[in-house]
Amino acid sequence: MIRSILISFVFSSILFAEFESDLQLKLILAEPGDTIHLESGMFSILGTLSMEGKNNVVIKGSGINGTILDFSTQVEGAQGLSITNCKNITLEDFSVQDAKGDAIKCQYVNGITFRRVKTQWLGGPKPTNGAYGLYPVQCKNVLIEHCIAIAASDAGIYVGQSEDIIVRYSEAFDNVAGIEIENSTRADVYGNNVHGNTGGILVFDLPDLPVKEGRLVRIFDNIIKNNNLDNFAPKGNIVGKVPAGTGIMIMATEMVEVFQNTIIDNKTAGTAIVSYFITEEETKDTEYNPYTSSIYIHDNIYRRSTMIPTLDHDIGILLFFHFFRDIPDIIYDGMPDPRYVGLNGLVPDTRRLCLRDNVDASYLNLDLSKNFESWYSPFLSDFNTDDNECNCTQEPLPDVVLTLEH
Amino acid sequence: MKHWTHVWIGTMMISKIFSAHPVLDHALPNLSDYGFFAKPIKNHVPINDVLPYKIASPLFSDYSEKLRFIQVPVNETITHNEENELFFPVGTFLIKTFYYLNDARESKGERRLIETRLLKKTSSEWVAIPYIWKEDQTDAVLALAGGRKNVSWIHSDGKPMSVLYSVPNMNQCKSCHVKDNVQQPIGPKIRNLNIDFVYNQVSENQLQKWVKEGILDSFKDLSSLPRTVNYEDPHDGTLDQRARAWLDINCAHCHQRGGPAETSGLYLNLEEKDPSKLGVFKPPVAAGRGSGNRNYNIVPGRPEDSILEYRIASTDPGVMMPELNRKLVHHKGVKLIQEWIKAMPEGK
Repeated sequence: MIRSILISFVFSSILFAEFESDLQLKLILAEPGDTIHLESGMFSILGTLSMEGKNNVVIKGSGINGTILDFSTQVEGAQGLSITNCKNITLEDFSVQDAKGDAIKCQYVNGITFRRVKTQWLGGPKPTNGAYGLYPVQCKNVLIEHCIAIAASDAGIYVGQSEDIIVRYSEAFDNVAGIEIENSTRADVYGNNVHGNTGGILVFDLPDLPVKEGRLVRIFDNIIKNNNLDNFAPKGNIVGKVPAGTGIMIMATEMVEVFQNTIIDNKTAGTAIVSYFITEEETKDTEYNPYTSSIYIHDNIYRRSTMIPTLDHDIGILLFFHFFRDIPDIIYDGMPDPRYVGLNGLVPDTRRLCLRDNVDASYLNLDLSKNFESWYSPFLSDFNTDDNECNCTQEPLPDVVLTLEH
Repeated sequence: MKHWTHVWIGTMMISKIFSAHPVLDHALPNLSDYGFFAKPIKNHVPINDVLPYKIASPLFSDYSEKLRFIQVPVNETITHNEENELFFPVGTFLIKTFYYLNDARESKGERRLIETRLLKKTSSEWVAIPYIWKEDQTDAVLALAGGRKNVSWIHSDGKPMSVLYSVPNMNQCKSCHVKDNVQQPIGPKIRNLNIDFVYNQVSENQLQKWVKEGILDSFKDLSSLPRTVNYEDPHDGTLDQRARAWLDINCAHCHQRGGPAETSGLYLNLEEKDPSKLGVFKPPVAAGRGSGNRNYNIVPGRPEDSILEYRIASTDPGVMMPELNRKLVHHKGVKLIQEWIKAMPEGK
């Protein structure tokens, strides 16, 4: 008898809460032009909510703090909300919290708007938090505005392998990276408040990905302050290599314009311009270009209290030995793209790092190629701190223009 | 029980309101409406030219057992090309029922049918249509939003097991069955079908049977066709072949070029030859805590330092791979992959 009870199948009754199943059904059955309204309140969701193959749909909550989708008891799926293979989707006025993996992932979407959407992990910065908050990847026409991203263990706002992107008027804090633009083309990042992360704004190009050669990124009118949080990324992730105290980091990419930002009290590097070699990772990707080129940094305001740089990172230690508490604001690894180095050893202005009219900005060229051998003997390194070598201008990059329905 | 009923009844009612949804041009309310099986349909006795089949190396889905069938429209055939790709005629159905034996040691014993998934080839693409079996097992009902069930059984080692079984919703079907944005079958490939099946107590090669039944174009030389090894059979193929077969069926539906996980640059399909694409000394891209504080997908000789091993051995939704359709660890599969990584020569 006991055995027969044991082996009989038990069907549980509350495994699929009504809110979740109703919403999932609406996401499946939505038709072009539909708005799916989410009521006010906090709703516990057990599995990834997904929308697939839709055109012209709005998912609208009652406010960034009004509708909360809570995934703290999630039992399945690696995302909170997943939007794939769609056109012209708008997500607005809701919050996703404590997703087991990424909070909101959008893949293969042409036309994706995040407006007044918040993603967060309530326990604050922890390596056990999901990697990304707002996470469009392989998308086109991406608009992220008036959003808030908190405590992601990789990037709060992450746009990867995408084209035509605007990230504006948003706030990111307590993340490893506040905002990251990776392997993407044509991005405008402006009017954001990025504070209290490990690194504020990152523009990266990484190897071994199907979409590479990101370029044409503008970062302007942002406040990038106090990004001194200890790096809490799980080991193995490239973002784990970002030194705590990084304001802006531009790595292995080209055609980036950084202007009119206020960059305050980032203890290790206000702005870093570096090649992929800085990661000390090898790559076998023969199509990958590890160098930076055509980087124009102008009209930014730098302010920095005297602070010790991070000592959890080789570069931080190096800087500390050399500069103690007065670390230069703009740090270049001095690795120009060899394709652009002329016979005279010079790089044309259009392909160089140019610095112009930055307020209170001190400069450092790590000259990695020359100093690589003495990398771990900081007293032996020969650094240049005269920014005259970057005295040039470049043509402004064009505005990003999006094609969106709503 | 009440809520569960509510899910599928709710599905049906809403289906009627939103009748314009393309899947509903193809989906019938009940599995019995298709006429695939003689009544009672729970016995899965095929009629109307429905043929049972199996595949060489099956996907692990929480120890559920599977029954697979195919129905090709009368006077139509599946064609193939030089690359051994199959092209199914419009109207083809692939039918897959997931069930649990009450006691996994008694393969002829009582069983509980959980869900049946249909893939129908339409003029534009494959459409996935999920059905959930009623408690009384008389029929299965359309359930676009999927569902969850607690299931308990006696495992092959004699110990009781249970799982919160997940029936994927329509979108989740596509999240695995997609390549280059088009929904595709995963299992029925020539190399997976090129094995024997017992038809009415007579064992016969499945491809040969399909050709004989007139649903598949004939081959110049059947004996030269590729065959995936059965990873469950330690005497079938080499360790490398078995491990690659396991990775192919469990991971490659996403982890291949054109698949949803191509953003990771990790490709685990059987055809992949580049060790770094297979993960050897490849750093993760967007793994987050899925890295488990390990640096590379595969560190040759060291499964305990390999992210791949960490993720297939995890049951944490934010870590585990595959992301869907698994709540339990496939211990035999994990052991196979551990042995495979261990056998790789160490060093870069």
